[in-house]
Amino acid sequence: MSISRIEAAFAKCANADHSAFVAYMMAGDPDLAQSRELLMGLPDAGADIVELGMPFSDPVAEGPTIQQAAQRSLLVRTKMQDVLALAADFREVHSDTPLILMGYANPVHHMGWSKFARLAAKSGVDGLIIVDLPPEESQPLAMALADNDIALIRLIAPTTKGARLQQVLSGVSGFVYYVSITGVTGAAIPDQQQVARAVKDIKLHTGLPVAVGFGVRDPQTAKTIADCADGVVVGSAIVSQMHKKGASSALELVKKLAEAAHGNI
Amino acid sequence: MTDNPWNNSPDTEGRFGGFGGRFIPETLMPLVLELEGAWQEAKTDPDFIAQMDGLLKDYVGRPSAVYHAMRLSEHFDGAKIWFKRDELNHTGAHKINNCLGQVLLARRMGKTRIIAETGAGQHGVATATVAARFGLECVVFMGSKDIERQKPNVFRMKLLGAKIIPVTSGTGTLKDAMNEALRDWVTHVDETFYVIGTAAGPHPYPQMVRDLQSVIGREARAQIVEREGRLPDACVACIGGGSNAIGLFYPFLNDKNVRLIGVEAAGRGLQSNEHAASLTGGEPGILHGNRTYLLQDDDGQIADAHSISAGLDYPGIGPEHSYLHDIGRAEYLSATDEEALDAFQLCTRLEGIIPALEPAHALARVGDLAKEMGKDGLILMNMCGRGDKDVFAVADHLGVEL
Repeated sequence: MSISRIEAAFAKCANADHSAFVAYMMAGDPDLAQSRELLMGLPDAGADIVELGMPFSDPVAEGPTIQQAAQRSLLVRTKMQDVLALAADFREVHSDTPLILMGYANPVHHMGWSKFARLAAKSGVDGLIIVDLPPEESQPLAMALADNDIALIRLIAPTTKGARLQQVLSGVSGFVYYVSITGVTGAAIPDQQQVARAVKDIKLHTGLPVAVGFGVRDPQTAKTIADCADGVVVGSAIVSQMHKKGASSALELVKKLAEAAHGNI
Repeated sequence: MTDNPWNNSPDTEGRFGGFGGRFIPETLMPLVLELEGAWQEAKTDPDFIAQMDGLLKDYVGRPSAVYHAMRLSEHFDGAKIWFKRDELNHTGAHKINNCLGQVLLARRMGKTRIIAETGAGQHGVATATVAARFGLECVVFMGSKDIERQKPNVFRMKLLGAKIIPVTSGTGTLKDAMNEALRDWVTHVDETFYVIGTAAGPHPYPQMVRDLQSVIGREARAQIVEREGRLPDACVACIGGGSNAIGLFYPFLNDKNVRLIGVEAAGRGLQSNEHAASLTGGEPGILHGNRTYLLQDDDGQIADAHSISAGLDYPGIGPEHSYLHDIGRAEYLSATDEEALDAFQLCTRLEGIIPALEPAHALARVGDLAKEMGKDGLILMNMCGRGDKDVFAVADHLGVEL
């Protein structure tokens, strides 16, 4: 039911007349046990969708916070198999919350596109975001994922315009991820008016929900962005809280962010 | 060059066989597509070509000479060894051939800010030099470890007006400097031109850098034919990312009887796990915008490279080399730190040429090849850089205090 799980989550939020709150965290940071604690608590803290980061040694689109989280994870030797096992644990307990894996091409390529897609499906993964795999390069992976009913979620950037916007949006599944800033994760505060315009442009070409992320770090910004998008993604702020204060404190933050995104502040 | 069937590679998606491509975040895709269009246009524009040719002649000092290394040839008692003297270029290496072209292109595209990554500092110095020549802002990303071991080049770049950003993320070496340059580019998309220093990265970089560096092979091919009346039996060059090698090889690709030999850095030995030989010791993967051979672990995490030469200290290789390797058109050997140090000293003593540690790797294999080929053989090696920058590192390895 993978792709439909994503559809259902957005539909549920739309029915409740609020945006979906998407929470990102890094698998294996600071170790598997503690990251499992955070992961398991996300739905009850208010996350409508969960993005689980797969650590990579050379994450070119990440700011320092997520770079360092990936390094900490690799330091304790987190493997792709461990990330998939975390996903499976999550799915066993949370049957409705969509789980998206997010990372970089090489570890997935190294495992093999098809093998990865099969194992991810088996672990209850609903979608995949590969930051360094633009549509021009994603055909083999897209086919493998489609065979396993997993959505390949595409990124749209502020630089994606005109004919290219249409091209990138053809053949998308799950939802569309709008990168709200030109920059790395957690780098700058998005401009609400610019984001609202971009979301409107995207919606001219697709009926899929649009989630916005990359620069959202506090409840206030989450609320502003939620007002103009179907979903709002927060990553670096949660990862940073997890690093400084641990899982229960990170879940407290998730609660506040989710309430803001849901319009309850 | 139009009669070279290899002009068809890469294809329109930037593929050399199964290698190359554009594996980058969406934010950068529109930029590299624009860059590709701009480069295809510029390289056939007579005004651009004339401007390039003029600066290559008067500013860089091209054509560089070819030189019969007579005493080294006698020493090995085998094939006749010729050097292509790209170490005589302005700034002391082949790097400036590429920087000049890319900075001219940046100006043509209306970009006002130049960024670059550098390992040994040669590409950083060349980029800072050309940026100074054209009055452009220049920011160079350099691993914090490399800053420590390449102090003279860091100071040169500062004198040239460049801003040096120390990179502490990851392992603080060349691959991390490249990550950081990409992050900067994602952040400053409108005004910035990223001058990549080797024949790698997302399409069109591998092709563009090859086009710009192939001046080496074009000159050398004509020069050796003029001097020797025939083509060489082998062209030899060192390989980090592989820009000097592809520059030498490209105009010879169609000459089926010319062996093309790249020499990778074997560091402390191929069995030691401390080397930079991506083709010999790596496997295909995706990094820095292209699919190519990479040093990586069993989970697809990129491994650290090691070489005595900071310029070869990179876990990947340009995608065209991966292709030439797989189809067997070029051969790839390796040389260890020790072998490179020996060749460095041998060349200095016998020829009065202090080579950079990078071409010293190529030279380390030239000796074997010369013996193997015998007296009738003819070897053309690219002396791609001079060794002034390495004097301190070599002294250190030889236990000499300066």
